[in-house]
Amino acid sequence: MEKGKGVMVGRRWAVDFTDNSTTPSSRDIPDPPGFTRASHDQDDSTLSRQKKGAEANWKVQKAWEVAQAPFKNLLMMGFMMWMAGSTVHLFSIGITFSALWQPISALQGVGKVFEPYKDSKVDLLGPKLLFIALNLGGLALGVWKLNTLGLLPTHASDWVSSLSPAQEVEYSGGGIPLH
Amino acid sequence: MAMAIRVFLLLLLFLSSSNLTFSLFEDQVGLMDWHQQYIGKVKHAVFHTQKAGRKRVVVSTEENVVASLDLRHGEIFWRHVLGTNDAIDEIDIALGKYVIALSSEGSILRAWNLPDGQMVWESFLPGSKPSKALLSIPTNLKVDKDHVILIYSNGCLHAVSSIDGEVLWKKELATEGIEVQQLIHPLGSDIIYAVGFVGMEKLLIHQTHVSDLFQDSSATAVILPSKLMGMVALKISSTIIFIKVADAGKLEVVDKIDHAAAVSDGLSFLEGQQALALVQHGGSKIHLTVKLGPDWSGDLLKESFEMDHQRGVVHKVFINNYIRTDRSHGFRALIVMEDHSLLLLQQGEVVWSREDGLASIIDVTTSELPVEENGVSVAKVEHNLFEWLKGHILKLKGTLMLASPEDVVAIQRIRLKSSEKSKMTRDRNGFRKLLIVLSKAGKLFALHTGDGRIVWSLLLHTLHKSEACENPTGVNVYQWQVPHHHAMDENPSILVVGRCGHSLDAPGILSIVDTYTGNELNSLGPVHSIVQIIPLPFTDPTEQRLHLLMDAGLRAHLYPRTPEAIGIFQREFANIYWYSIEADNGIIRGHVLKNNCFLEVADEFCFETKALWSIVFPSESEKIIATVTRKLNEVVHTQAKVITDQEVMYKYVSKNLLFVATVAPKAVGEIGSVTPDESWLVVYLIDTITGRILHRLTHHGSQGPVHAVFSENWVVYHYFNLRAHRYEMSVIEIYDQSRADNKDVLNLILGKHNLTSPISSYSRPEVITKSQSYFFTHSVKTIAVTSTAKGITSKQLLIGTIGDQVLALDKRFLDPRRSINPTQAEKEEGIIPLTDSLPIIPQSYVTHALQVEGLRGIVTVPAKLESTTLVFSYGVDLYFTQLAPSRTYDSLTEDFSYALLLITIVALVVAIFVTWVLSERKELQEKWR
Repeated sequence: MEKGKGVMVGRRWAVDFTDNSTTPSSRDIPDPPGFTRASHDQDDSTLSRQKKGAEANWKVQKAWEVAQAPFKNLLMMGFMMWMAGSTVHLFSIGITFSALWQPISALQGVGKVFEPYKDSKVDLLGPKLLFIALNLGGLALGVWKLNTLGLLPTHASDWVSSLSPAQEVEYSGGGIPLH
Repeated sequence: MAMAIRVFLLLLLFLSSSNLTFSLFEDQVGLMDWHQQYIGKVKHAVFHTQKAGRKRVVVSTEENVVASLDLRHGEIFWRHVLGTNDAIDEIDIALGKYVIALSSEGSILRAWNLPDGQMVWESFLPGSKPSKALLSIPTNLKVDKDHVILIYSNGCLHAVSSIDGEVLWKKELATEGIEVQQLIHPLGSDIIYAVGFVGMEKLLIHQTHVSDLFQDSSATAVILPSKLMGMVALKISSTIIFIKVADAGKLEVVDKIDHAAAVSDGLSFLEGQQALALVQHGGSKIHLTVKLGPDWSGDLLKESFEMDHQRGVVHKVFINNYIRTDRSHGFRALIVMEDHSLLLLQQGEVVWSREDGLASIIDVTTSELPVEENGVSVAKVEHNLFEWLKGHILKLKGTLMLASPEDVVAIQRIRLKSSEKSKMTRDRNGFRKLLIVLSKAGKLFALHTGDGRIVWSLLLHTLHKSEACENPTGVNVYQWQVPHHHAMDENPSILVVGRCGHSLDAPGILSIVDTYTGNELNSLGPVHSIVQIIPLPFTDPTEQRLHLLMDAGLRAHLYPRTPEAIGIFQREFANIYWYSIEADNGIIRGHVLKNNCFLEVADEFCFETKALWSIVFPSESEKIIATVTRKLNEVVHTQAKVITDQEVMYKYVSKNLLFVATVAPKAVGEIGSVTPDESWLVVYLIDTITGRILHRLTHHGSQGPVHAVFSENWVVYHYFNLRAHRYEMSVIEIYDQSRADNKDVLNLILGKHNLTSPISSYSRPEVITKSQSYFFTHSVKTIAVTSTAKGITSKQLLIGTIGDQVLALDKRFLDPRRSINPTQAEKEEGIIPLTDSLPIIPQSYVTHALQVEGLRGIVTVPAKLESTTLVFSYGVDLYFTQLAPSRTYDSLTEDFSYALLLITIVALVVAIFVTWVLSERKELQEKWR
């Protein structure tokens, strides 16, 4: 509704926001005395360089922060698992599977998670490795939980529980005479 | 896969542990179960047809039942089933209101109230010497306003008061050497004449040769036991002659009747006149003639009835008279047929009939129904669809509590009379089957499991009395051919085994019957004697099962007698063994097949056997009282049993195991006849291939009778503990210790194990057994165990109690691993803390409020649906139901509202469409603004 109104208003009148002040087309107006465009450009570039350095720092910082984020998750998961107990029921199965699913999906999207911090000057290897390690830790926690629930086939019983009885070589019948 | 199964099993366990009882609601009675009441073959019938009140006939039967039947419809007013060793001698009606029954060879006299069947009195008539039991109720013999009942039994003549059953006086007659045959009380007299024989010299009062009376007397003459006035009925081959005893001891032939089947007792209906009924066979009809005696002047009645030839010949006839509206005399006749059915004939038609042959079932087997053909007419589908929808709308109304009382009745009727359950085709769940039962009369019945109706019946002509076979009896029924590959164009068939006479060496008779049509396909006999039948686990190319029939001379005969069968048999020849149990001598022998028989006529289907081993029980200390083996068709899902902490125990699952129970010879008698010190019960588990005793256990101070059931790797048995004065049930589980070292997971994953390789009893596997005993409140008639299609579902024991009910008891209660304080892990596994006695939960009676009178056997048949098993219990009554020992985890319950589901789905779809259209419209409108 709001959006529609905006469009409607736009139809009535228009403002051209294009600023021609820096475009070369507005160069027909001479520069005021004492103004040098070049110095301004130079100043701008040093400023941007400084800015870029700060941004890279910020990106690295952010990347580390992102890389450490699964740790908090890990702690929470651990708490949830402890809450769920070691018997198989809907709650514990749900938690365990989410504990398994989260690290897997996170690992699949490692590139995407660090996409915003990608920079030629930023070394993302460290944060990425930490991120992967933490997620693998989460995965391990999930698998461990799965095992404590007894859902991993790590025992002999898991492999023989549906083994049909062996065939017998001999066959015998008989009994008390029929009457 | 294994994990999935474990998850599934754990969930199952969780579900099953949450609810121990499997009771049903009141409105579920009759949905999956049916109950039929019978009385058995009628021996005596007494009519009670007074003008006032309901007309009834009181009958006593060979199944020891006294029943009062409605003469109009043949329904049972009331019924009493006496014990199996309490045979009824005679019945009569006293004072017009008491039914008097003399039973147990004249030692027990009971009186029941005629209208409602309540017991009025019972008296015990002791005597010194067993003799014929006679009951006589004189109509006008009064002692102080009390009518007297005269009984001659055990050599004494008793006079019993009919009001309270008190013995008024007693006279010993047997000491004088008189064998009393009849009691006569002349009208208006105070003297009772007891007519009998003294010794042998006075036996023949008058001697006339039968040949003088009847010319063709090559056959022996039999005096019929009909009570006639001044007449004797003689049966010579198929002819009945009536001989009148004239004055001065002269005998004269009154009438000769050919092809007569039965003669009734004389019925005095007018002063000095007597009527008697006579039944003759003629083609598919029977002719009933009522003759007037004693002067034999013409027929009072002559009627013909169309009779189903599957009922055989008439065995007995009872007549009764009534006064028609035009004041003339009419007669009704109650006839008992060869197949034990009971029919009432009146005014030229069969008023009602009862299939009382079903009260004496010998053996039961099952058969699948025909596969449904695809060509179903559209009209039928539409009709069905309409009915289906209507039914579900009604059900929905019921669910939403909108149903009016009429609707509730309609819903219940629809549920009970669902056409789905009584269809004559196979269903996907395998609930619809045919129960093929063999009755004592030699008749096969096919009962539909849906509603218990008789689909077909067949009086086997091989089990029919003939010259070659004097006294045929049915023995057992076996599955002969169960087509799987050709299920569409071949019918399954069964093998009926019978015997001419009761001795073990009597010639056998075989008959093969198609289970779809009830036609006899083939019959053999009389052949060699049959003492044992071994169905082999092989089938020939036409899917006929191979059977070995053992004769009394320890020879084995192979059936079917085809070259293919012999080919298959020769291949497995060396691996087929058999064992015989001589309970009287206390010997169990193992035999192996040797070579073809040495007979005058070469018979390649006959094999000699030789003894391999024998187990001889010391006759002074042990006597075999019970043996039990596993059912041949039982399916076991797995050989491993997972116990606490993921440990595995390997079950010793063998079909060649025999459970034998022996007791001290002194303790064979009734419970309490011996002291605990001189009584013991020993149980054995024996391998029937090698004769190896795998386990032996002695219960000191215990006594039989032993009832046992063997399934998978366990046996449960029931006996009496004399020391504790209580019944006990014990369980033995047997495990294979030689497989226990298969523990390496990696090897198991790679398949490096010997768990699936065929095993031989000669490898002498090391076994361990676990055992535990519990007290049990009831005495037991029979025990069975549930069986399911794949053997995954947990088992329940079905216990036929002394009260003729069937109790379902979870096998979990009989688990030798139960302990007083199970650990947490054991609790999770579902182990119940140990208690000294087994609980009897009233809701777990399979028969709920009903009784299966005279319960003799329980048969369980797996349905196709894994969770469900079909239970058929039989005795004098029949009862059928479906059981789900772990609840129906693989299907929706019957009362699941499909309509509600359907309506919900439809409503959701409609809602989606409506909102979609609305939002489209709105968007369009907005775009136009």
